Amino acid sequence: ITDVLTAVALYLAIQDFNKVVFKKQKLLIELDKYAPDVAELIQTPMEMHYIPLKVALFYLLNPYTVMSCVAKSTCAINNTVIAFFVLATIKGSAFLSAVFLALATYQSLYPLTLFAPALLYLLQRQFIPIKLKSKSFWLYTMQYAALYLCSLVVIICLSFFLLNSWDFIPSVYGFILSVPDLTPNIGLFWYFFAEMFEHFSLFFVCVFQINVFFYTIPLAIKLKEHPVFFMFVQIAIISIFKSYPTVGDIALYMAFLPVWSHLYRFLRNIFILSCVLIVCSLLFPVLWHLWIYAGSANSNFYYAITLTFNIGQILLVSDYFYAFLRREYYLTHGLHLTRQDGTEAMLVLK
Amino acid sequence: MAAVGALVQLLLLLPAVLEAAAPGGTQRDTLREELLLSPLPAGDVAATFQFRTRWDADLQRGAVSHYRLFPKALGRLVAALGVRELHLALTQGFWRTQAWGQPPLQAPAGAELWVWFQPTVTDVDKAWKELSNILSGIFCASLNFIDSTNTVTPTASFKPLGLANGTDHHLLRYAVLPREVVCTENLTPWKKLLPCGSKAGLAVLLKAERLFHSSYHSQAVHIRPICRDASCLAVSWELRQTLTVVFDTFSSGQGKKDWSLFRMFSRTLTDACPLASQSKVYVDISPKNKEKDLLEVTPPPTSIHEAIVQGDKRTYAVYDLLSPSLFNTSRSLNVQLKWKRPQDSSELPTPVLHAQRYVSGYGLQTGEISTLIYNTHPYRAFPVILLETVPWYLRLYVHTLTIITKGKENKPSYIHYQPAQDRRRPHLLEMLIQLPANSVTKITIQFERALLKWTEYTPDPNHGFYVGSSVLSALVPSVIAMKDVDVEQSPLFTSLFPSSDGSSYFVRLYTEPLLVNLPTPDFSMPYNVICLTCTVVAVCYGSFYNLLTRTFHVEEPSRGGLAKRLANIIRQFRGVPPL
Repeated sequence: ITDVLTAVALYLAIQDFNKVVFKKQKLLIELDKYAPDVAELIQTPMEMHYIPLKVALFYLLNPYTVMSCVAKSTCAINNTVIAFFVLATIKGSAFLSAVFLALATYQSLYPLTLFAPALLYLLQRQFIPIKLKSKSFWLYTMQYAALYLCSLVVIICLSFFLLNSWDFIPSVYGFILSVPDLTPNIGLFWYFFAEMFEHFSLFFVCVFQINVFFYTIPLAIKLKEHPVFFMFVQIAIISIFKSYPTVGDIALYMAFLPVWSHLYRFLRNIFILSCVLIVCSLLFPVLWHLWIYAGSANSNFYYAITLTFNIGQILLVSDYFYAFLRREYYLTHGLHLTRQDGTEAMLVLK
Repeated sequence: MAAVGALVQLLLLLPAVLEAAAPGGTQRDTLREELLLSPLPAGDVAATFQFRTRWDADLQRGAVSHYRLFPKALGRLVAALGVRELHLALTQGFWRTQAWGQPPLQAPAGAELWVWFQPTVTDVDKAWKELSNILSGIFCASLNFIDSTNTVTPTASFKPLGLANGTDHHLLRYAVLPREVVCTENLTPWKKLLPCGSKAGLAVLLKAERLFHSSYHSQAVHIRPICRDASCLAVSWELRQTLTVVFDTFSSGQGKKDWSLFRMFSRTLTDACPLASQSKVYVDISPKNKEKDLLEVTPPPTSIHEAIVQGDKRTYAVYDLLSPSLFNTSRSLNVQLKWKRPQDSSELPTPVLHAQRYVSGYGLQTGEISTLIYNTHPYRAFPVILLETVPWYLRLYVHTLTIITKGKENKPSYIHYQPAQDRRRPHLLEMLIQLPANSVTKITIQFERALLKWTEYTPDPNHGFYVGSSVLSALVPSVIAMKDVDVEQSPLFTSLFPSSDGSSYFVRLYTEPLLVNLPTPDFSMPYNVICLTCTVVAVCYGSFYNLLTRTFHVEEPSRGGLAKRLANIIRQFRGVPPL
């Protein structure tokens, strides 16, 4: 049921988002911000018509979603809350978005980082320019932050009254942050902390937790014009680097991929990355069985597949990021670039 | 005149001197020692030594400074830490109840320590930790490994065996170390606590090279307060040191089941301990299946004693080492037993209550612990309390707990479950189960195995991890009515457990310890793992850093690097167009 709710929420969200994107595009064309020969890069309503349906199908038919549904994991509920948060943000309702974000943060700590993209989107929607000195910017930020913090505090106090003690805070959030249980999962952390020297364990726990949170500010600075893509990258980073990742988290950010299907021509490594991801997903249960049941493999085998799978995911996200930035460059500078002497030019990152 | 005065002074002082020289005065301690030799149905011989020191002094209140028979180490321990009852057992091997019958006093494999503290103790956990460390020093055993991860507080199982005012179970602590090995190093300090040491009395038989060449070896120390007399107005302290050893006479006796003290212990008894008020050897000569004259005991015993022990009428041949007639003919006493006819060993009397435990399942992820409890009494049903302590790294799923008797589900009338906390305390499961007559009860519970940090594994991780024995306590109904025993008059082996009425006797059984494998990480890899994981994180960081801090530029045609320029110079020399 929660999966269906997630799919519906994503569908409505992307539909709205498409309308916004289209409007923005039209505006920019009229303002003549785009170079003249980028006609083929502009998104047309024809291809954008089917994107919401594709998103919903991508989520529902993803084998990862099916697997987490069969396992009866609470990840589906997490995904639903985040999807509703995305829907509320895109529709523009600050109150609902703050409430859903508070719910998502209450469940696992990491959606806290989604505060920034949501704020950016809402500011854009209200047409408030993002200048550090502008009063209206700070006013709106404060409003949104206050809404979010209040709803979070309300939810935590409700839990306190249910339990009559504050014990749940170290049990829930302390557990997420300090990673005491080392059951093997598809993430990077379990083997790392199983083999950690005692002396350094606190240091490395802090480093890994900071690693999840610190991409927010640089991404906010770079992607302040495109908060929805920022949200996508942020969700992907959370699901790769959180302390106990599951395949349900991966299913959520993969559902967003059809939204950027127009970036397909700029992706560099998509074929090899999709092969890596598919092969690793297939090898996971095999090597798990060999380690635990057959006894003929080591924990190193399963760990190696974990490493490869995570590298695949990271490269997928960074590939999409690269393609997005490249398209933006082409939109403003024209598709066919020529050098000063008229020959075909190459684009590099410097 | 002065001489008379001096004499009078001397006479006045003399009684005082005499009184000071008299040992004890109002404090009296007595020692009784006994050895019980019982042939077991399967052909083995069980020898149970008991040394009981009873001290009519109040260790808790009066500042006692003069220790005579009671060992000072234990006396100071009881007084300083507010211990009411202490039971420590170090065991190697397992008592096979089905083959050997009901044990007089069983202990689980490894080390077991359970202690009742006085109500005046404020911080019981601190006292427990100090106590286990001090005992570890006294007995040269690794009892300092007892900490919160293997200590539990049972609510129903270990009721006090001595005098008790109230039973607040928060004053009870129980811990078992199944991995502990017992060897000569533990026997030597145990023998040092005996008043005569190993120089006189029954303790001369305790030689390590024979004792550890056995199927079962268990040495224990029990301290408890008892009534001083029938009116129970004052408290005495009792220290019992017991040692049970089971010898396999078949393999050491070249196929014959005859045994003698010399063959078992390679020593004979020469005299009684001079400090003991009673020193006796009991040999179980009970006729089986009413066949008399099946065995012959030499030398002839000083007396025959009949008693009802554990619901059975037994006959004992008694050798009193303090009676002068025993050592008339020879200087040493070597009790020998010869079987006149080969015994019909196909019929083994089954004990009324016995149990088995095993772990099942495949793979390193899940498993199942099954306990089978047998009640072979033909018509009487009785309840049994089962106490299970499972370490935290085997995560029990209590919703899979099933108890099945005779094909139907059996609901326990009392169940107490305390879930484990990772790295802090173990699982505790206590149940009161009614066992119908002539039935087998199967209790199963599933668990999941956890992956530990690599420093938490023992040096031989693939050997596995031990799960301590579970404890079954029951009042087993006996066929023959038992009289109330007077502790001072009857042999020691009948008075260990207090009996409330004559129709049942108390039995405490232990099941086998389990050995469970846990999934192990690769122990040679810590540095490699750190490098590889940090590499993956760095890949992410690197690509994101590139994308965030750099912008796209049109590439300027470079004039070529150093290699290209060198190549162009060489081409100029050759006359070929440049690159």
